[in-house]
Amino acid sequence: MIDLSTDYLGLKLKNPLVPSASPLSRNLDTALQLEDAGAAALVMYSLFEEELRTEDAMLDRFLLQAGLGHSEADGFLPHHGEFQGGLERYLEHLQRLKSRLEIPVVASLNGVSLSGWVELGRALQQAGADALELNVYHVAADMLESGQAVEARYLRLLRELRSVVSIPIVMKLSPFFSSLPNFVKQLELAGAQGVALFNRFYQPDIDLDTLCVVDRLHLSYPDEALLRIRWLSILHGRTHLTLAAPGGAHSYEEALKLLLVGADVVHLASCLLQHGPARLTQILHDMESWMGEREYASVAQLKGSMSQKNLLDPAAMARASYLRVLDSFSPLPGVWS
Amino acid sequence: MGEWADEWASQGRANLWGAVPKIIEMQSEGGAAGALHGALTSGALATSFTASQGLLLMIPNLYKIAGELTPFVLHVAARTLATHALSIFGDQSDVMACRATGCALLAANSPQEAQDFALIAQAATLAGRIPVIHFFDGFRTSHEVAKIDAVGADTVRAMLDADLVAAHRTRALSPEHPVLRGTSQNPDVFFQSRERANPYYDAFPQIVQDAMDRFGELTGRHYKLFEYVGAADAERVIVLMGSGAETVHETVDHLVARGEKVGVLKVRLYRPFSPSALLDALPLTATSVAVLDRCKEPGADGEPLYKDVVTALAQASADGARAMPRVIGGRYGLASKEFTPGMVKAVFDELAQPAPRPHKGTPTFYGLKPVKDRMRQFTVGIHDDLTHLSLPWDADFRTDASRQLQHAVFWGLGADGTVSANKNSIKILGETTELMAQGYFVYDSKKSGAVTVSHLRFGPATIRSTYLVEAGMAGFVACHQPVFVDRYDVLEHAAPDGIFLLNTPAPPEQVWDTLPGKMRAQIRDRRLQVWVIDAYAVAAEAGMGRRINTIMQTCFFAISGILPKDDAIAAIKHAVDKTYGKKSKRLVELNYRAIDTTLAELHQVAIPTAEAIGNVPDFSPAMDTAARIPDFVRELTLPIYQGHGDALPVSLLPADGTYPLGTAQYEKRNIALEIPVWEPDLCTQCGKCVFVCPHTAIRSRLFPAEAAQDAPPTFKHVPAKSKDFPAGTHISYQVAPEDCTGCGDCVEACPIHDKSNVSRRAVNMAPVGPLRDPERDNFAFFLRLPEFDRSLIKHGTIPGSMLLDPLFEFSGACAGCGETPYIRLATQLFGDRMLVANATGCSSIYSGNLPSTPYTVNGAGRGPAWSNSLFEDNAEFGLGMRLAADQLMAYAQQLVKEMVTEIGGDLAEALVSADQREEAGIVDQRHRVALLLDKLASSTHPRAKELASVAEWLIRRSVWIIGGDGWAYDIGYGGLDHVLALPYDVNILVLDTEVYSNTGGQTSKATPIGAVAKFSAGGKATAKKDLAKLASDYGHVYVATVAYGAKDVQTLRVFHEAESYPGPSLIVAYSPCIAHGYDMLYNQRQQELAVKSGHWPLIRFDPRLAESGGNPFKLDSAAPSQPIQAFMDSETRFAMLARSHPEAAQRFLEQAQQDAERRFKEYQDMALDGHSGESRNLEK
Repeated sequence: MIDLSTDYLGLKLKNPLVPSASPLSRNLDTALQLEDAGAAALVMYSLFEEELRTEDAMLDRFLLQAGLGHSEADGFLPHHGEFQGGLERYLEHLQRLKSRLEIPVVASLNGVSLSGWVELGRALQQAGADALELNVYHVAADMLESGQAVEARYLRLLRELRSVVSIPIVMKLSPFFSSLPNFVKQLELAGAQGVALFNRFYQPDIDLDTLCVVDRLHLSYPDEALLRIRWLSILHGRTHLTLAAPGGAHSYEEALKLLLVGADVVHLASCLLQHGPARLTQILHDMESWMGEREYASVAQLKGSMSQKNLLDPAAMARASYLRVLDSFSPLPGVWS
Repeated sequence: MGEWADEWASQGRANLWGAVPKIIEMQSEGGAAGALHGALTSGALATSFTASQGLLLMIPNLYKIAGELTPFVLHVAARTLATHALSIFGDQSDVMACRATGCALLAANSPQEAQDFALIAQAATLAGRIPVIHFFDGFRTSHEVAKIDAVGADTVRAMLDADLVAAHRTRALSPEHPVLRGTSQNPDVFFQSRERANPYYDAFPQIVQDAMDRFGELTGRHYKLFEYVGAADAERVIVLMGSGAETVHETVDHLVARGEKVGVLKVRLYRPFSPSALLDALPLTATSVAVLDRCKEPGADGEPLYKDVVTALAQASADGARAMPRVIGGRYGLASKEFTPGMVKAVFDELAQPAPRPHKGTPTFYGLKPVKDRMRQFTVGIHDDLTHLSLPWDADFRTDASRQLQHAVFWGLGADGTVSANKNSIKILGETTELMAQGYFVYDSKKSGAVTVSHLRFGPATIRSTYLVEAGMAGFVACHQPVFVDRYDVLEHAAPDGIFLLNTPAPPEQVWDTLPGKMRAQIRDRRLQVWVIDAYAVAAEAGMGRRINTIMQTCFFAISGILPKDDAIAAIKHAVDKTYGKKSKRLVELNYRAIDTTLAELHQVAIPTAEAIGNVPDFSPAMDTAARIPDFVRELTLPIYQGHGDALPVSLLPADGTYPLGTAQYEKRNIALEIPVWEPDLCTQCGKCVFVCPHTAIRSRLFPAEAAQDAPPTFKHVPAKSKDFPAGTHISYQVAPEDCTGCGDCVEACPIHDKSNVSRRAVNMAPVGPLRDPERDNFAFFLRLPEFDRSLIKHGTIPGSMLLDPLFEFSGACAGCGETPYIRLATQLFGDRMLVANATGCSSIYSGNLPSTPYTVNGAGRGPAWSNSLFEDNAEFGLGMRLAADQLMAYAQQLVKEMVTEIGGDLAEALVSADQREEAGIVDQRHRVALLLDKLASSTHPRAKELASVAEWLIRRSVWIIGGDGWAYDIGYGGLDHVLALPYDVNILVLDTEVYSNTGGQTSKATPIGAVAKFSAGGKATAKKDLAKLASDYGHVYVATVAYGAKDVQTLRVFHEAESYPGPSLIVAYSPCIAHGYDMLYNQRQQELAVKSGHWPLIRFDPRLAESGGNPFKLDSAAPSQPIQAFMDSETRFAMLARSHPEAAQRFLEQAQQDAERRFKEYQDMALDGHSGESRNLEK
């Protein structure tokens, strides 16, 4: 029997497959299905700062402060004693998940401003979250904001949150840091228990008919795992932080590769959205088969075995491989001549 | 009242018996009364709440309910009735119209009494079996916020006798012990049967008094059927009922304290009228009595209460029981007209006259002798310079009670939260102190940028001041909007040594320089403290956007001294917790932060000690005072705009409610912060911006280039791109900067993007500040440009039709209104020949609320003639217009035929057989009619005058019946259906906002499934009625659904087709409304989503096509390309249900999706296969 267990943020997980923040956790039934399918933990859908703001604004304008200044009408919609805001709904859902699931539940915050998160973190801890994932989805678009200032923003948020919650905090990062290892080190010093590499920036698209910017959901594809593989490989063994790998794992192959370079957990979302909970069971099964065939005894044994530190040719994960890959590309016949 | 009950029911709140009451909204009050009658006669306890026209609709059933001796209480916020005009405001005209129904009439004078009497009435009706109309003054009492002692459940339980409830059930219709009720009777027994109920009426006053006494024992609040207050030996007494009695009470206290022998008799139970109770209460010393009625019975020799009191006194006098006092009767307070202590004093002064004054006489009408009589009838509160009935009064008279109260006045905008903050402040003071508190809120009738004035009073004793805060009495005046200081006399109410709080962006050291001269003088003369805050900056800083209510409320408590500051701040924070606590912790934090920041940003302004006052500009009245203003507008419209309507004398007002068009143009409300700026270099002249503008504030016009030679320097115009016009034709797109509301819909509609900068369009919003003056001149110049020949313009294209002058402009509709573009479009196409019947609702308010009349005339003086009859009868009203037009046209044609030799054969033939379906034919006919009139002027034919008087009817009239979904789907559906079933040529435009917009968002049968609305607090459980499909079933009706934001070309086509169709046409127009819960900037986007999601398919059914063998049914929108969820998620009316009732929301969503798919499939089949209905020949 292969020991698939892994350590994640100080939590002992039965295996390294953890559904990441996605709509799948919005529904108790799908969450239960994921657990049945073998998920080792569950990251809840993200509580978006903007969503809360928009909803608050809507609630405020159209319901709570609907004063219109008409003689005949105070407001257009009935008052709702039972109305719940987005945060309150999230907390209630978290409690519901916690009461029904055996596996740990990680709450996920997605925001960028420096206010309000402290209270939020406290509320999530009180509601029973086993850990907090903080996704600082910051597009550094200000020409006057230095890279250092961007990092300071993350660190300040983390410190503020750290000061009020005792549960582990995992920072979900974008790949756009000039010196990722250094930044990860700073996060560690500031009190993080883990990093998740990387969040996926949903890029704005353009509708050519209307010349409007549109938001479209693009699910991940397996090649996206490669970026994670490089950086996990570099970080493994150089930080005490738990390493999580969201983005790109669609089959046992990506999952294994991510583990080999040092991921403590592999997050799944796109493949579950596309194929359902059975895909998780399948990946688990395929992983076990692969490990069995190669006589691995445990995930712990395998984890990080191919990290940069453990490679004979550390350059393989660094710049040298870049040249090799580019040089190796030959156009298809007929494309250029 | 009903809406609260519905919300409580949706939350599952139980009543005294542990049951959750069933709340049902009916299609009309007539329907409600029928349902009540059925419920009551079947053993339920049932109630309803209504007023005004709604009460009138209940009258037939009230006779039935009373005739069957049914225990029932109807709660009425008494309001006036529509006569020469509609008014939503308060008086007792409606309840007085019910006095013959057999219902008891019980008057409550204050919010406290309204609560107490609701219970007393219920107890009495159960005991006495006489149904009770429990009423209190609309607005003055129904909308007053006051601190009251709440009646507890134990008191309710003790007052309602379980045996009497059981007895009511015993009388219920039941198959277990069946009876028959509601026979029809013959002359033999009907009369006797009516008399059979007499004992119940004889006993009822004592039953009510007993209930009052029992209530007094339980609560300590004692009431009498007739309650006298004043000197025991009063010589002069005023008798009245309703809220005004409290003002008289306050004045009597003041006068009695000064030794005057005066008193007031408050009438509580008016029907059944108990003369003995009245006489017992009225001191025998009273020698001079004034009876005040808050209603008018034209032609009567006095109003109802007056007549009843006279009769009672006359009988007592005849019986020798007492001497007959002098009794005079007066009218006061119609439609919420102020009734002040000064007016009360005037009545007492009148009573002190040795004899009724001689009447000054009325003008002579129709050669009749003027009325000259002793003045036993009077009015108070107005200036009657016509029939001289009004009493003069001292506007500066103040009572002791008023002087002992603290008064505060707040000026705000409807949407800035001033009113809600003030309601909240009253709550805080009511709950945290021993103070009594009162709030009353005055609104103007605009839907965008409405001004609100909040009148608050606080004091240690019961507040009886049922009138607005008087001039010079407010120790605290706040102006929440900086622009008001230039527009209104904000400090009119300020008391000497008071505090003035101003929200202004000006820094404290510069504020003084920004104030108008009169205001500076008021501040100095009254030694006011001036405090300022930049509330919008504080709100933005605190993350609260433009919401300033918490900030201004904090300022009030911080500087008014009404509560210790720290207690006040703690109380505001507590209130914030209560409002937001469960719903959003984030909002709690934001509000806390705003409260804390406010205190740091609130500054007192140093008043300069010496400065010349008078060199600074004074109030700039809201209205253009240029010389071109017509006299009527100058004398009547201007004062109303400026808030001086109360001072207008009777003689200035039209006797029959008829007003000229085109007065909205003089208002110049200047409410937009940003206005559109046209970029001629980018513009393709497509006209879409003009099409979507809800306020007709952006327009296009063609003119010869040379006409712009004297244009102001910044006036923009370019050659017209279309080849249809003569060379040298220019075009301009011009904004009306002072009439624009800044909604931004024009920019959203603009399809053009700068190729180098996609966010720059052919119109872009820009701050109004630097643009206002030049654009005002440009717009004035634009209006002076010569009218372009309409026959050269293609009316069937969007760019063309938008070049046609609109005859509907600058209405008081909400910014971004989705209804008004349809109306404006109709006036552009057909305005010079429109007769409009407009159902009561938003469209009647923004179309006809004085002093604004947005319908206007073209250069020839022609334009839409408009009228509003009622809510329920609009289709019939419009049909009547059609019948009149047809009848008079036929008569004129008959006369033309009779006078053919006089007129000339060709002209006569052309006049009677003219093809006037299109505009060109109408223009030709107008020429012919002009020729005819010329001929008739010199004719000696005996019928020439007669024909001249009807000749204009030879010109075809386009009858439009316009109203909202509340009218068309609900209250007026029977009439609408009937008119559709007839063959007459009427164009029915239903502005479908899917909810009763004007009255605050009640559910209609147009409300879609899953939408939250009042009376659907848990989401509407059934689908929207498919009005278009029902109408198309007739086969002879032209029917279409439109949504201009989704497909403007289809909308335009439909309007043309509907108007040209010679039978009934029905256009159901999707009309985004702020009631849907999203920013109206997205009006067009939501229309598009409604169509693309299948919520609002676009269809046309044209019976003419069937006549020519084609399929009359056309489906103009594509198969749904978006899930209905995309539409529903983006509107609060749906989205809030997912928050409050998530499972129901999901169920409704699924049903809505299925409905949309099924409906589209059905339409698709109809479009492919033809419609089952057959086209029928029309009469004409």
